[in-house]
Amino acid sequence: MTRPLLELRELRVHFPVYAGLVRRRLLGTVRAVDGVSLDVAPGETVGLVGESGCGESTLARAVVRLVPCTGGTVGFEGREISALREPAFRAIRPRLQLIFQDPYASLNPRMTVFDALAEPLRVHGLADGRDVLRRVSDLMELVGLAPRFMRKYPHEFSGGQRQRIAIARALALEPKLVIADEPVSALDVSVQAQILNLIARLREQMGLTLLFIAHDLSVVHYLSHRIAVMYLGRLVELGPAGEVFHRPRHPYTRALISAIPVPDPVREKTRQRVALHDEPASPLNPPSGCPFHPRCPWAQPRCAETVPPLESCGDGHQAACIRLDQM
Amino acid sequence: MPLLDVHELTTHFHTREGVVRAVNGVSFRVEPGETIGIVGESGSGKTVASLSLLGLIPAPPGRIENGTALFDGVDLLACGPKTLRSIRGRAISMIFQDPMTALNPFMRVGDQLMEPLQVHQGLSRREARTRVEEMLRLVGIQDGARNLSAWPHEFSGGMRQRVMIAMALITRPHLLIADEPTTALDVTIQAQILELLARLQRELGMAVILITHDLGVVARVCRRIYVMYAGQVMESAATEALFAQPRHPYTEALLQSLPSTHVKGEPLHTIPGLPPDLIAPIAGCPFAPRCASATDRCTRGAPTLRELVPGRATACFRVQDGEL
Repeated sequence: MTRPLLELRELRVHFPVYAGLVRRRLLGTVRAVDGVSLDVAPGETVGLVGESGCGESTLARAVVRLVPCTGGTVGFEGREISALREPAFRAIRPRLQLIFQDPYASLNPRMTVFDALAEPLRVHGLADGRDVLRRVSDLMELVGLAPRFMRKYPHEFSGGQRQRIAIARALALEPKLVIADEPVSALDVSVQAQILNLIARLREQMGLTLLFIAHDLSVVHYLSHRIAVMYLGRLVELGPAGEVFHRPRHPYTRALISAIPVPDPVREKTRQRVALHDEPASPLNPPSGCPFHPRCPWAQPRCAETVPPLESCGDGHQAACIRLDQM
Repeated sequence: MPLLDVHELTTHFHTREGVVRAVNGVSFRVEPGETIGIVGESGSGKTVASLSLLGLIPAPPGRIENGTALFDGVDLLACGPKTLRSIRGRAISMIFQDPMTALNPFMRVGDQLMEPLQVHQGLSRREARTRVEEMLRLVGIQDGARNLSAWPHEFSGGMRQRVMIAMALITRPHLLIADEPTTALDVTIQAQILELLARLQRELGMAVILITHDLGVVARVCRRIYVMYAGQVMESAATEALFAQPRHPYTEALLQSLPSTHVKGEPLHTIPGLPPDLIAPIAGCPFAPRCASATDRCTRGAPTLRELVPGRATACFRVQDGEL
């Protein structure tokens, strides 16, 4: 087996929380990411699913050092990049790109499309002079935008077009790994389909490895080879996309899938839903044992005692539940 | 007799750039106790239509150009602000997508909930307080007394939406307009809120207009659906019929673009192009430039919503003529 492109080992991102303006005192620690291990093979797309506050965006940011890791390691192309000093990290950073949810917030409103796309090329010395213009037109064509619009500003584009610009900017440096954090959730259904097709096409064309973060499981299932499910900073299930989607083993994944409204009124009326009470606990004060046990319809007293590790439950399929054999 | 009968509602915004035709001759009705869905993508006019009914359009630049909206024998569009104020919050309530911006951040949750009772029903503080605690229990917020003195920012998104629902329902309205009530929430919380709305609707016997872009959500909770595009109703049908056999090319294209209707790996169907600019006058069918079945006629004349069979209407020439 080839070596994974991205290797996360026991990754931890903890944020201290302070109270008080003058006399600051430590309130506690938010365990946004709490020991996540995950491999992404070259050319693979892994979908990372979870609800707000479960830590998936923090994980994405930790990989590219937008937030500091507090424990564990990040490996990329066989090197441990979490230990690299800043200049060495900057040298590999072009091969590691991030796309955000809201292209309006991630694009500078005072920069034209040309400026936005030319900047990374110039900063990393990939093109200069005439070459920049040619590379920018190529990039725009690549994502389905007419190059004649390159002197326009972000506000002159629709949401879908802006996301195309953000994608072009991420691809300008010919990355190996692209981490897409909810790239389509701000878009309308018909536009969302266009962007998903674009991502799928670029993935083939450029041989991209993709870590795709989304809360919409049907989108994740459509695009990913494997799905990883996060809850309160931990992975609770990991496996081939079809397996996780059609035969979920962790109670949380089951609840999540059954909660998605299906655009089919006949199925909606008949299907069973796993009802969850309450809301996720605060990552500032996570419950003892399995983080999901206070909401889990199958929970037993012993679920509150220890944190269950990910255990194998089929071909490449893992789940973290002590009642796995009964699930 | 319908509880609400909206006819030819037209709302335009007169801006410096030109007239934005946000809602263009929209008609729909709501029977007592039923849930209807108004579905559309951003800019389709679904929110403006519902705000128009309650007189909540900022004017200027907004102006209701035409139409009637009969609610319990009163025309909401003509009755004047005073009558409207007495209906709004008492007989018709509304909840919005983002409960944080809809709640007053400087007012304790309890005071905000008590306000409509004191304003509309003249209850004393103590009477209002009892009703509020009862209502909070109904929307699944236990420990009402403690939560009454909490501030909105202390609540999670799901809890805030529960507070919004409690506030909207506390006067026992006959009609609730819910504008994307679960869009900002996680799916497991969304499921809880949708279930809550359905239960309260049964218990209180009210009608609900659910405005959303999410076809899955309407499939779950609505009896009938109106599909909007560019300020017009494209199609209306009973939920099952709409999903089983859409009778407008836009609805069909919309359903086809959902990832869940595709086999993994096959490219998603997309709708080419963009929704029309609502400032430029639209001569024909607003969907024609993006429609795979459009003919010359579709760009020349504007089709109107016409009933095919009782309870099923479409604004497509070609479907009306039996060509599609």
